[in-house]
Parts: sequence; structure tokens; C-alpha cells
Amino acid sequence: MAEAKVAPRPLSPHLQIYRWSWTMAMSVAHRITGVALYGGIAMFAIWLVALASGPDAFDTVQWFFGSPVGYLILFGYTWILMHHMLGGVRHLVWDFGYGMETVQRINMARFTLVGSIALTLAIWAVAFLFF
Amino acid sequence: MAQFTLPKNSQYTEGKTWPKPAEGANLQAFRIYRWNPDDGQNPRIDTFYVDRDDCGPMVLDALLWIKNNVDSTLVFRRSCREGICGSCSMNIMGKNTLACTLGIDDCDSDTIKIYPLPHMPVLKDLVPDLTSFFAQHAAIEPWLQTQTAEPETEWRQTPEERSKLDGLYECILCACCTTSCPSYWWNGDRFLGPAALLQAYRWLIDSRDEATGERLDNLHDPFRLYRCHTIMNCANTCPKGLNPAKAIAEVKKMMIARAV
Repeated sequence: MAEAKVAPRPLSPHLQIYRWSWTMAMSVAHRITGVALYGGIAMFAIWLVALASGPDAFDTVQWFFGSPVGYLILFGYTWILMHHMLGGVRHLVWDFGYGMETVQRINMARFTLVGSIALTLAIWAVAFLFF
Repeated sequence: MAQFTLPKNSQYTEGKTWPKPAEGANLQAFRIYRWNPDDGQNPRIDTFYVDRDDCGPMVLDALLWIKNNVDSTLVFRRSCREGICGSCSMNIMGKNTLACTLGIDDCDSDTIKIYPLPHMPVLKDLVPDLTSFFAQHAAIEPWLQTQTAEPETEWRQTPEERSKLDGLYECILCACCTTSCPSYWWNGDRFLGPAALLQAYRWLIDSRDEATGERLDNLHDPFRLYRCHTIMNCANTCPKGLNPAKAIAEVKKMMIARAV
């Protein structure tokens, strides 16, 4: 019998069609914020290098972080750090086998977002009020 | 690096809109993924209209109605029509589930979208190739393994020991969870996936099984087990209400418990 000619099989759609859930969205956000933290560490390193290089360099860097753009970057970085931290805590709790039932897991994912925004605002409020 | 877009031969296009059954009928629209291995074309999305007054309540009833009344070439798997065989698993309204246990009304949509299980090679229309899925199930050796001499009668369990299998033995291997998992999408060749790992835990926790160490050795791998990043799509999608993510967490805990 002659071999039937088979067309190469297509891959069924995945990300294109899958409905987003809170846990999936927060998992992706955890990845993205984790990568973004590398940028934040580089920023911190630049600040330290400037500090070591002398007053002129330090003033320049201080001026940049004190400018509106600098504030925006630092504000974003604060949120990224808080989001990644709460995501880490969430994963730690899950790794102990807790909080994995339907309502719990969705609430924990929601809390990562709500909590990170609340913490970020709290940190900046404290910074502006007391420093 | 994972490929987030579809390969060229997998990108789907607008397909055929099939005629409505009759004017004034109680109609429900369906958008269904089609692919025919014989015509050399890319996949397409066909539109069908189902007469609700002439059709049963479930999504599977609608698929059968289409096959009987509109297009007999529509291909999908089905058998028991009561959620125990796991054949009619597919992606309905963006979520993997069984067509036979999902009501058309529960979709709550003017247009119900149906795709095959995600990120799988398609054989035809809604039928994916599950060869590697079942091979991964076989890889965890899903049978009782013992060293001690066989008892005269059955292997005994206390009710407490038996109750540890609840929430695990009910799995029907429909592949909804495994094909909902992004980790499996990107690393399905090496990550065992939630269904196989839930089965692995089912044997790890069985009081009669004596191969716990070997089973854990077999799973101790950066990919086979640890590609699970608790995304939880598996638990969100399981049509039997099981929790593979929790089973995987328990396996990871067993790994740590034996190491310390």
C-alpha cells in the first residue's frame, strides 16, 4: 500500500486564545518584574559608582533621580520591587502547600497586585512626609 | 526561548459561514477551528448556527447537531457524553473543558468559540495528537510497585490511607490541565505536565506502593518536575475539579522532606 502523504501538522492556538486568569497574569507579571529588577540593580550600581567617584558625579546622578523623570523611574521601580516581593511571598506560601484552593489562590493573586500598589503608595507617602 | 506566536502553517484565517438552519429559529452561533490535512490549506475558523429548539443542552450536543445537520466532515472526539471518558476535551470560550459537561447556556455568549486543546499538533479539526501526553503518563509508571511478598488476599489499606487518594484517582486523563499550562506549552518535550505529575503523586502517596524512592529519583530533574511554576491554570481548568498544582506542590515537599 502506498504511504499516505500527510501535511505537516499545525500547532493549535495557545496564548492567542487562552482566557487570562488572575494566577496566570500574576505569574507573567512576576517574570517581567523579575527581569526589570536587573535594570533597577544597574541603576543602584550607577548611584554607588557616582558616590565613589566624587561630588561632581554624585551631584549629577542626584539631580537626575530628583528630576520628574527620575522620580517616575524610581516610583516604577518601587512598584516592581514590591510586586516581585509579594509574588515571591505568594510562591513561598504555595510551595508549603497552603492557599491553593480556588478562592484562596485567586485572592492571593489579586492581593499581589493590590498589595504592591498599596505598599508603593505607602512608601512614597512616608518618603514625602518625613524626608 | 519559547515561541509565543504560531508557526506560519498554524496561523488561522477566516473560514466559511455556514447557512442558518431556518429563519426565525432560536439560533446560537459557534466559531469552530477547522483544519483538514488533505487540502494543504492553513487552519480556518468556520461559523455555524445551531437551532437551539432542535438541539440538546450541552456544547457536545451542539457539535453533534452540526455534524448531523450542517457539515458531516466536522471531526472531534467523543464517547461517554457524561464526563467520565475524557474524550471531548477542547478549548471552549478560552478555557479547556469537556464539551459534554459544559452547558451551552453556561457559555453565556452570542458566539461560542471552540478550538482544539492548546499548543498541540492537530490531526484534524478539534482532534489533537496526544501521543506524547500518554507517553509522559507512562513515564511515571502508573501502577503498583512492591518488593514484599504478595499477600494471600488483597493489599490492605486503612480508610485514612485510602482517603489520601481522593482528589487524585478521579483524574480521567482528558489533558485539559496539561494543555492549559504555559510551562508545558514552552517545555512540553521535557516537562511532564500537571496530569502526569498528579498521577505520579497518586502513586507516591499510595500506602501500598513500595517504590517511593525510585519514583522520586525519576522526577528529580530541573524539567520533569520543577518546570511547574505554580501558574495554576491546571487547577483553574480541571473539569473534574481536581488540583494538580497542589499535588505537584506535595511532590516538591516530599523531595525536600527526604533531603533534610
